[in-house]
Amino acid sequence: MRRWTTFLLVLWLPLSAMAGEARPVAEDPVLEQRMIALSEDLRCLVCQNESLAGSRADLAQDLRQEIREQMRAGKSDQEVIAYLTQRYGDFVLYKPPLKPLTWLLWFGPFVLLIGAAGGLYAYLKRRTSRLADDSLSEEEKKRVTDLLANNGNK
Amino acid sequence: MKRFLIPLGIFIVLVGFLAVGLKLDPREVPSPLIGKSAPDFNLPLLSDPARHLSPADLRGKVWLFNVWASWCTSCRQEHETLLEISRQGNLPIYGMDYKDQPADALAVLGSMGNPYVETVVDLDGRVGINYGVYGVPESYLIDKNGIIRFKFTGPLSREGFDKKILPLVKELQK
Repeated sequence: MRRWTTFLLVLWLPLSAMAGEARPVAEDPVLEQRMIALSEDLRCLVCQNESLAGSRADLAQDLRQEIREQMRAGKSDQEVIAYLTQRYGDFVLYKPPLKPLTWLLWFGPFVLLIGAAGGLYAYLKRRTSRLADDSLSEEEKKRVTDLLANNGNK
Repeated sequence: MKRFLIPLGIFIVLVGFLAVGLKLDPREVPSPLIGKSAPDFNLPLLSDPARHLSPADLRGKVWLFNVWASWCTSCRQEHETLLEISRQGNLPIYGMDYKDQPADALAVLGSMGNPYVETVVDLDGRVGINYGVYGVPESYLIDKNGIIRFKFTGPLSREGFDKKILPLVKELQK
């Protein structure tokens, strides 16, 4: 009898597991995917080192909802980004736009690289020319020829 | 001797950059709305939900738009400053109760005093998003033509107000 009760209980288990399964996040998975892809590149203003996609802050949830609604209304990714930067500035973008103010940010590393390469080249060139200068002077050359001509005998 | 001057120079420049970097506050996000007109809204008043207020109604005066909420603890810090400013009467303060229960907000104003000429209620935070609100309290100084002139994020202190906002208010009121 006891075995039968256990058996019945085990039969019930999958049903209770089903009850705990997560409900679908949004009615439109394609749009949800697009929203998440876009918000991966956006910064959550409240917890600044998290993306808008990953943040659980209240504002991030509101902004995700806003993005969802704008996408549903047919706005392009660019339009949604423009909407957010108009309100929160370029700071929301993890990829800052290219403009005079950010030139240093975008090109600075390359300038440093080229500068360092130039410096290394100049240093190496100076070093080789200094090594070349270590060759014999006219006077020393004469002494060498003299010595060789005498075959080492004085 | 000269050999060491170049690395030392580079080191000092680097320390300079780091020192400046340390003093910058990453919480202070520059608002792109400065110099632009204040985003429009038409929100119900906290005191009387049947009446509405819009920034257009405040054309012709310089006003402080203070975003706050009853759940926001740092708003309590600046409450005394706001009360002082309103007592002085130089600058009208309009509040926006951000994502809050109106009853809770009324209770706070009842117990701590009300510095606001009027408070509008932004239940879902939509207007907050239009203003680029990301952490209450935030204050916006809006001029006679409805242009945002200054934004302050975080609790206002008396010194901060006197130093950063008051001179601007006097200039804008001319």
